[in-house]
Amino acid sequence: MFGGLYTTERKLINENGLRLDGRRWNELRPLKIEVGILSNVDGSARIIQGRTHILVGVYGPRESFAKHINLPDRAMIRCRYRMAPFSVEERKSPAPSRREIELSKVIREALEPAIIVDEFPRTTIDIFIEVLEADGGTRCASITAASVALADAGIPMRDLVAACAVGKVNGQMVIDLSDLEDKYGEADVPVACMPNKNMITLLQMDGVLSVDEFTNLIKLAMESCKRINEVQRNALKNGVWEAKGIILEGSL
Amino acid sequence: MTTLSIPINRDLVLASLSKGVRTDNRGLFDYRPIKFEFNVISKANGSASVRIGDTYVLVGVKAEIGKPFPDTPNEGVLIVNSEFVPLASPQFEAGPPDENSIELARVIDRGLRHGNAIDLKDLCIIPNEKVWILWVDIYILDHGGDLFDATSLASLAALMTTQIPVTVVEGTQVSLHEEKRPLKINDYPISVTVNKIGQYLFLDPTLEELNFVETRITIFTNSKKEICAIQKGLPGALSFDEISKAVEIAKSKGEELRLTLLDSFNNWKKSMGGI
Repeated sequence: MFGGLYTTERKLINENGLRLDGRRWNELRPLKIEVGILSNVDGSARIIQGRTHILVGVYGPRESFAKHINLPDRAMIRCRYRMAPFSVEERKSPAPSRREIELSKVIREALEPAIIVDEFPRTTIDIFIEVLEADGGTRCASITAASVALADAGIPMRDLVAACAVGKVNGQMVIDLSDLEDKYGEADVPVACMPNKNMITLLQMDGVLSVDEFTNLIKLAMESCKRINEVQRNALKNGVWEAKGIILEGSL
Repeated sequence: MTTLSIPINRDLVLASLSKGVRTDNRGLFDYRPIKFEFNVISKANGSASVRIGDTYVLVGVKAEIGKPFPDTPNEGVLIVNSEFVPLASPQFEAGPPDENSIELARVIDRGLRHGNAIDLKDLCIIPNEKVWILWVDIYILDHGGDLFDATSLASLAALMTTQIPVTVVEGTQVSLHEEKRPLKINDYPISVTVNKIGQYLFLDPTLEELNFVETRITIFTNSKKEICAIQKGLPGALSFDEISKAVEIAKSKGEELRLTLLDSFNNWKKSMGGI
């Protein structure tokens, strides 16, 4: 995270336009979502996106553990995003990092617009996200899985929230960045949206992009979220859904 | 950090936004007067304070020699930290940085880093062994609304004033000269935070308006008018058109703020008898 972005030239896309894992620029990683896999929470989901593997459990709406955090007009949402020590190359200390605290916040803020919070005043909804293996796009995969887990818990929502990182790698726009593409690419733009409302609920950007490149990437991200949303819906209907080789229409 | 939404006040704020004239007579995309002070802390290597209306923030830069990160052996280290001190707002609690403080510091860090504000290679003393570590400490002294834009201006301004000792290397020994030199500033990344209440987008909320802000988007642009960092914050949503509009505002307002900063800085330098 400290620098290094512009210092290393890495070839991440080959002459045939294939990325390190053999994908095209407009191809999502294989995506699998399982629903209701945990027994003690109110709602749960597992997402496997490429080699990124995340479990999400949701409790609530339930009585708040501490009364002073109650909100008189709506449910309080809490979110905890954590990476397991073995989830990354070098062991991550289990103590919460500043990155995890920021991500817990932006993930919560990405989900909150979709949740109908005013139906449950004075209660808490807890979202626990455990990243078991991280290979890029963990905040986005967390949001995709968490909104499925919220739906599994029966919490009323305006829409599901689907998320996908897009970016610029070796001068080329790509969707669903892997860890190496995120680290060594020129720009990384994680986006979450409510696909049926066409509203964006998470937007971050690192790197350098022209305004045109940026607006094109947002369009690609919204399209990617629509395709991920289909997998979310199928998973909720069937308990589990797997999709391989999803390719966006259109060309560069 | 929770505020009870008092609907009457929200209606008043919305009414003034709908007219395009704010309660303090500003337009939607006007900042309150911005005032810089440079080198306010003599013990720091660099410092600056910024006031935007009632908002008052101070940034101090301390430089020390340390080890580089293994993946960037020939680059100095930039570390941004922020403190929301309790005297700045009754909503700020004493204690370790909370998520708001961490978010702010990390966003400013990304803006400076990806905006290529300082030349980190210039801070290398002995590759793999010794580099300058710059601690950028943000202090929020009075919370008057827009913290992101005030602190990003103050952080950049503080780095522009920063002086580090000239070093002499003999073998693995580093000695420090009395003489000091400024940092190499590559670019001036500027953040503009666009706030949304209802259907209205606007800049630089007062504390009262901030209570009703549903979502904000902070956009850093560099002097080539490229985007170099973005953060959407607060639990709200934005449409594609709103984001495009926010980017346009950030581009034009960012340029204005950059000129304001450079003007104030050059005036200060002149008043110091500098070049």
